[in-house]
Amino acid sequence: MRRFSWFNATALTAGFAFLYIPMIILVIYSFNESRLVTVWAGFSTHWYGELFRDQAFLDAAWVTLRVAFVSSTIATILGTMAAYVLVRGGKFMGRTLFSGMIYAPLVMPEVITGLSLLLLFISIGLDRGIFTIILAHTTFSMCYVSVVVSSRLVSFDRSVEEAALDLGCTPFDAFRSVTLPLIAPAVIAGWLLAFTLSLDDLVIASFTAGPSATTLPIKIFSSVRLGVSPEINALSTILILIVTIGVISASLVSKRRIVQQQRDEQMAEQAQQ
Amino acid sequence: MKPAAKPAEFAPWLDPNETPLIRFDGVTKRFGDFTAIDNIDLKIYRKEFYALLGPSGCGKTTLMRMLAGFETPTEGTITIGGQDMKGIPPNRREVNMMFQSYALFPHLTVWDNIAFGLKRSKMGKEEIPERVKEMLRLTRLEKFAKRKPHQISGGQRQRVALARSLAKAPKLLLLDEPLGALDAKLRQQTQFELMDIQEKTGTTFVIVTHDQEEAMTVASRVAVMDNGKVIQVDTPARIYETPNSVYVADFIGDVNLITGNATLKDEGLAALSWAEGQPEIIGTAGEGLSAGNATFVIRPEKVAISAERPEGMNNVVQGRIHDIAYLGNISTYHVALPDGTMMKAQAANNRRLSRRSFTWEDEVWLSWTDTAGLVLAR
Repeated sequence: MRRFSWFNATALTAGFAFLYIPMIILVIYSFNESRLVTVWAGFSTHWYGELFRDQAFLDAAWVTLRVAFVSSTIATILGTMAAYVLVRGGKFMGRTLFSGMIYAPLVMPEVITGLSLLLLFISIGLDRGIFTIILAHTTFSMCYVSVVVSSRLVSFDRSVEEAALDLGCTPFDAFRSVTLPLIAPAVIAGWLLAFTLSLDDLVIASFTAGPSATTLPIKIFSSVRLGVSPEINALSTILILIVTIGVISASLVSKRRIVQQQRDEQMAEQAQQ
Repeated sequence: MKPAAKPAEFAPWLDPNETPLIRFDGVTKRFGDFTAIDNIDLKIYRKEFYALLGPSGCGKTTLMRMLAGFETPTEGTITIGGQDMKGIPPNRREVNMMFQSYALFPHLTVWDNIAFGLKRSKMGKEEIPERVKEMLRLTRLEKFAKRKPHQISGGQRQRVALARSLAKAPKLLLLDEPLGALDAKLRQQTQFELMDIQEKTGTTFVIVTHDQEEAMTVASRVAVMDNGKVIQVDTPARIYETPNSVYVADFIGDVNLITGNATLKDEGLAALSWAEGQPEIIGTAGEGLSAGNATFVIRPEKVAISAERPEGMNNVVQGRIHDIAYLGNISTYHVALPDGTMMKAQAANNRRLSRRSFTWEDEVWLSWTDTAGLVLAR
């Protein structure tokens, strides 16, 4: 093992300090007794209680969750279908154009996506509210799902699908009983990605949200403009906690799967001897 | 090892009353500008073990994929059991395929892999477990029914793939390089298992391979392919002993090739003058040979090697041993003829090494009978 030098230690500390000091400060101040954000006045969970009594925040959180859930689900279905057709559909007119176009929204500035959606909703006379946010989020997260799913489709053995057809499946049955279970990890990853993207989107949501529906990022942003309140710190700490739990459990699950796979392969080799 | 248990009289292709199971009539397949299959006619009979043999890119896999229904011919017709296969998708053909990569379903157990096709057939729900058990028995996989594909070894995976493709009792089983991923010893053993299973089930097998030894071992007939064309279709023995072209002779096994000028003689023989000051070589005239440019082909094991000039033979040449390849059971002698041509002769090592009669740089005589070699048109 290489020796842990002073240079390494400094680089590591500096890097992680850069990443995590802002968040640590935020977490610490969420337990601050004082109403003034910058003055420490002792430990308290007062602001967490306050947060759960604030109906406006709770409403916004509920809207955000609903939007994220519905839009990521629709985006996953549409994105998976698009990926399947583009990867497996064979050669058809304009295929290269289509596969380029599906990735374009990835690099499109969010302001432009938001503005164009706003113009569309106004021109067709659609009232802005939770429905328009869902539409907008589906639109931009669909291409992320399609990227994730198509990379999985490209990498797996085409002959497995052919075997299903050969054994009597109709193309749809083959997709349902063979392709879908095999790309499921990518589909789930795509859904999670879409869900997270929708959760923290501020720009597109603020273009497409109406007075009837406000998402949490919009709510946080607008209340911070009036001054940072300890309530926001508490809310952010909860969000950090949720994300941390999610990331750690996902990596634990995948690590356990890898260990299991290795054990299985060893067993197979022993069985051969 | 058991000899191939195929009865000698199995030769439906010689019977004019027999109707073939599979017919290719003028089948051509093009991918853009590339012609993968070039106007092929084939007849494959019931219960045959038919091998498509050729180098990679010769079109053998395309041919097989057209039988399975994954590719459609650009021109011509394919009939299976008298039915034109045009427009019939893979799932409605009584044909199953064993894939080169095995293509097992990784998310299903061995049992479910084998039952997969049965669940999609007309077979009753109560009969499926019985049939799966039968297949597991046939391929000796009973112990592994509950395992997933990644929990078994390569050889076992190969047998699962075979069991899965045989489960629906197809009219025709296609095998795409079925033994390519196995090591040499397991391969040989599996070849005999395949022949055994083919005979037990009475299924028609079509196998694609680039390994000539494998094709010779398992097949009742071999079709040698090159560049999208079928060059020769015949039994392994006839392919080896009477190749119809230099390509086939050279592709199958080891061969000596001598080019020269042929003249036709009586009794189906031909003479080849091949070098200044050397006597003519006598050999069996190949089909459709005419006087002129020709190639003499002879297998190394048909060339005898001796220290003294043999008496009463027409084909005798002298040379010097250039190299000896000792293979254990046999040795191949590379002998340089006076004009520089290299000729290979094979001799069985029925004596121990210490008493072997020839060594490097020895002057030796090579000889062969009048009918041992073939004179083929070039």
